[in-house]
Amino acid sequence: MALLSFLFNSKPKTANMAKERLQIIIARERTGRDGYDFLPALREELIAVISKYTKVNAEDIKVSLDKQGNLEVLDVNVVLPDLEMRS
Amino acid sequence: MARIIVVTSGKGGVGKTTSSASFASGLAMRGHKTAVLDFDVGLRNLDLIMGCERRVVYDLVNVISGEATLNQALIKDKHCDNLFILPASQTRDKDALTEDGVEKVLNDLIKMDFEYIVCDSPAGIERGAVMALTFADEAIVVTNPEVSSVRDSDRILGIIQAKSKRAQAGGEPVKEHLLITRYSPKRVEAGEMLSHTDVQEILRIPLIGVIPESEAVLHASNQGNPAIHMKGSDVSDAYEDVVSRFLGQDTPLRFINYEKPGLLQRIFGGK
Repeated sequence: MALLSFLFNSKPKTANMAKERLQIIIARERTGRDGYDFLPALREELIAVISKYTKVNAEDIKVSLDKQGNLEVLDVNVVLPDLEMRS
Repeated sequence: MARIIVVTSGKGGVGKTTSSASFASGLAMRGHKTAVLDFDVGLRNLDLIMGCERRVVYDLVNVISGEATLNQALIKDKHCDNLFILPASQTRDKDALTEDGVEKVLNDLIKMDFEYIVCDSPAGIERGAVMALTFADEAIVVTNPEVSSVRDSDRILGIIQAKSKRAQAGGEPVKEHLLITRYSPKRVEAGEMLSHTDVQEILRIPLIGVIPESEAVLHASNQGNPAIHMKGSDVSDAYEDVVSRFLGQDTPLRFINYEKPGLLQRIFGGK
């Protein structure tokens, strides 16, 4: 194997890994940044409000903020339980 | 109308001082009265890069504390008559940089008819770095095509967007520019280094230039000449392009494609 890679002089292409890792970590660090630290509190209140009307699991409510170009999208995703489970 | 430009990066050793020195020199060479300020209190180096270290008498902190006037502290550049250097203090600690003090120095420079005031930021996100960016109209974010530098650049962009006066006033934000330094087209082509488009895609700010990795930078700092004065070198041309773009000219990117050395060049060696 070492001989093969010596013969073909194949250096590892690692730039793509760098890019992927950066995209993930920077997206994560940007949400929490200035102004958007209200997301956890917003989520708590949403759970409280929705629970007033129907049974819902806390983990079935997802709040996230996405940036697409200059557009910022607040994405709130609520999965309601099956009909028979509702009281 | 004077413009205050911060040269910043978060990470150390990426080329902030090299870029500040060349950028400020480039503006001055095109006839603009320019001042370049070192905010790295305790670890000043701009004076060495500009080659004026033996002429330093007073510094930024002396001016802020009223021990010297701005005129006494400003050092005239050895190449350009309309370029002045304000060195950082070597002994005081960073708390000597007060917001009011920095604001007064900048306002006094504007009253002295400086057109461009270039603030060379220290590394990190501590007081010196925050003071350097607080009053900025524009920011040049120096980034190496390398993971830790890109991440730190994103962090410093967040700080500009939160702590600068422009951000806090809520009006026109700080104009951000991405400057990629130590770029190796050969390694990018081989898939070993993030390309300038990769870095730009991640940081999402406009690119003002790409400075190639070059031996000329060390030669320049050895002599105390800003790299833009190394005529005929790629780095000098690349910094000239940065200044042109900053002044609004539409200049295509250079030094981003790898040119395989020809046979003769390989035999007889080249740069």
